[in-house]
Amino acid sequence: MTRLNSFRELEHLREQLREQRKNITSTVMICGGTSCQASRSRAVIDAVRKELSKQGLGMSVRLCVTGCHGFCEQGPVMIIEPSKMFYCHVSPDDAFEIVSQTLVKGEVIERLLYTDPATGERVQTYPEIPFYRAQDRQILSQNLMIDPCSIEDYITAGGYSALTKVLRGIAPVDIIKEIKSSGLRGRGGGGFPTGRKWDECAEAPGDEKYVICNADEGDPGAYMDRCVLEGNPHLVLEGMMIGAWAVGAQKGYVYVRNEYPLAVKHSRIAVKQARELGLFGNNILGSSFSFDVDIARGGGAFVCGESTALMASVEGKVGEPRPKDVHAVVDGLYHKPTVLNNVETWANVPAIILNGASWFASKGTPDSKGTKILALTGRIKNTGLVEVAMGTPIRTVVFDIGGGAVNGKQVKAVQIGGPSGGCLPVDKFDLAVDYDVLAEAGSMVGSGGMVVMDEESCMVDVAKYFLAFLQDESCGKCVPCRIGIDRMLEIITDITEGRGRPEQIDVLEELADTVSQTALCGLGKTAPNPVLTTLRYFRPEYKAHIYQKKCQAGVCKALITYSIDPDKCNGCGVCLRGCAHKAITGGKKQVHTIDTRLCQKCGICRSECKFDAIQVV
Amino acid sequence: MPPQTLEQILEGRRSQPHQLIEVLQDVQEDYGYISEKDMQAVSQGVGVPIMEVYRVASFYKAFRLRPAGKIVLTMCMGTACHVRSSRLLLDQAIGQLGIKPGEVTLDGLFSIERVNCLGACAMGPIVEENGSYHHHMTPGKLRKLIEAIRRRETEDNQNDQTQ
Repeated sequence: MTRLNSFRELEHLREQLREQRKNITSTVMICGGTSCQASRSRAVIDAVRKELSKQGLGMSVRLCVTGCHGFCEQGPVMIIEPSKMFYCHVSPDDAFEIVSQTLVKGEVIERLLYTDPATGERVQTYPEIPFYRAQDRQILSQNLMIDPCSIEDYITAGGYSALTKVLRGIAPVDIIKEIKSSGLRGRGGGGFPTGRKWDECAEAPGDEKYVICNADEGDPGAYMDRCVLEGNPHLVLEGMMIGAWAVGAQKGYVYVRNEYPLAVKHSRIAVKQARELGLFGNNILGSSFSFDVDIARGGGAFVCGESTALMASVEGKVGEPRPKDVHAVVDGLYHKPTVLNNVETWANVPAIILNGASWFASKGTPDSKGTKILALTGRIKNTGLVEVAMGTPIRTVVFDIGGGAVNGKQVKAVQIGGPSGGCLPVDKFDLAVDYDVLAEAGSMVGSGGMVVMDEESCMVDVAKYFLAFLQDESCGKCVPCRIGIDRMLEIITDITEGRGRPEQIDVLEELADTVSQTALCGLGKTAPNPVLTTLRYFRPEYKAHIYQKKCQAGVCKALITYSIDPDKCNGCGVCLRGCAHKAITGGKKQVHTIDTRLCQKCGICRSECKFDAIQVV
Repeated sequence: MPPQTLEQILEGRRSQPHQLIEVLQDVQEDYGYISEKDMQAVSQGVGVPIMEVYRVASFYKAFRLRPAGKIVLTMCMGTACHVRSSRLLLDQAIGQLGIKPGEVTLDGLFSIERVNCLGACAMGPIVEENGSYHHHMTPGKLRKLIEAIRRRETEDNQNDQTQ
């Protein structure tokens, strides 16, 4: 590719690319995101590619391997444009029919369509699917049109025009003003106003400045950043370039988790392509702006999601946070002024520049603007990535988009915001996805992980899970986090193993209070949130564990026993053969029984039984 | 791709302390773990005291200081997988293989690792087998997976011996 030396050359390239694609009649967009790859989408892609060339459609049909479509549960998924046809659970064997029926003749293949579980009807196009219908996909919708490994795709779709707009004539102060008045707040968890951060960095003395993209998505249960970086890396890079121009930075880093190999690969390819086109380097597009980005891989430490720890890690050091008496915008990476924003925050920037601050601010609530991507997971029908306008009630997300609990169970709670967030019960589901509303309820928007729990989820166990996670991940630098979480975990382990005492709840609350007030970094300060919210909303469950030594959800191993429901068991013998501990006995076609002395509560029998006959009490 | 030599990994990164983590990542990727000898070479190459190299290598979860088994079963312990009973999967793997996370079976075939989130939450619980994902896992499926791997590996061994 030849280097672009002016704005006009970029526009010319865009026109050329669009011209080349004029003869394309349809586009087949197959999801190549991590989740769909887990359901073997690669094989589908290869099969469709082969069929296209075999049936002579190689020139008129474009096969586009895209980033995540969001509806991961239905993977592998594909969308066919311009008809917007949506096929799910596609297998390589379907390739022949997809090409010969749908692409050649325009016929629908009924069995590949999505069936709405509420109505039992098949749905043809993706905008009609309830999962997509209730969303406002500003960022995610761009994932559908673009092959993340192709800068041509991004440019064809209008990419890098926000960059040219600012370089052509928006002064850095005006960009910051625009971002400020858009009301954009950090999407990584803190919710700090982005414009203010940029402003402080721009004001900070010094010529050498940095911008960093935080893609160290360590929150378990959250994967929106992975999908954006994996599915549309140039969008994030363009946002970073605009930010760099606004604050006067010459160098940027994308700090990405090494557990996301595809995101690492795609962002590396994107950086390389941008360099080749001269979008990174000196005097970008003939302007006075010079900027370059490097990819830094994380080492699998949750604490590195914290800004100061992340910067230490970029410098090649141990990722420990430091006190924030002086903020990173003044004293950041290599002690230089640094703007650090999360992937989703950067991804929002180009659209704000192109469409204006008032367009962005028209969505959302008075203090939380724009849209938010949520990772909807857990014990729910439609799992996947969801993007909604800020201010959307939790109920809409969990029930209208998520479709409610699976197997006729009742939704009990939703955990929002990862280890720093909290669990909210169903009666709080009218609360909106809004920074301040959720914080008031003891939770937080956080990075946007939404894990739905039903009656088979034990809330004490969930609190224990997060404490165990945080104890493991605490960097150990400050005492409150290192020792405090340890002691809290000890107490909660006692409670889940039947050794709980009533007075321990008070100790737990006191410890939680101390840790949140005295820990060094934001992660430590918010660490007690899962305990505090479960105590606030689900205290009866703690009491049942302590007083009755019961775990109603059937999760805490020390408090449960497995048995077989004689009414449901038909003696098929699957559990008997599956039990590794020889704890199940029973003749053929006879009701089986579990010997509780031998049972290790491993759950094999329960997962294998087709008749739901294994009870846990 | 054939593994790079340490020399190749260090090329262009010598005397640049901030490259330490990147270099260690590449060493781990190509050799499966970071040996004491490699740590010394990295220390010299990047220009960071050996103590600091060890500190970094032992701080980050991504780095392994001992060789792993031929098959690494990585159990996702993220929240979404947790509420879908991933704990039972970890117990199952521990019970089946008789090793704890981070350890290797005596025959060198298996090791178990736990990871806090693989980011494929919608498909959980996830078990990763040397880079490929098994989704919607249950204790029963995991048991069969381990058995299948064992069978496959023994057959491979026998074939190797007869050839």
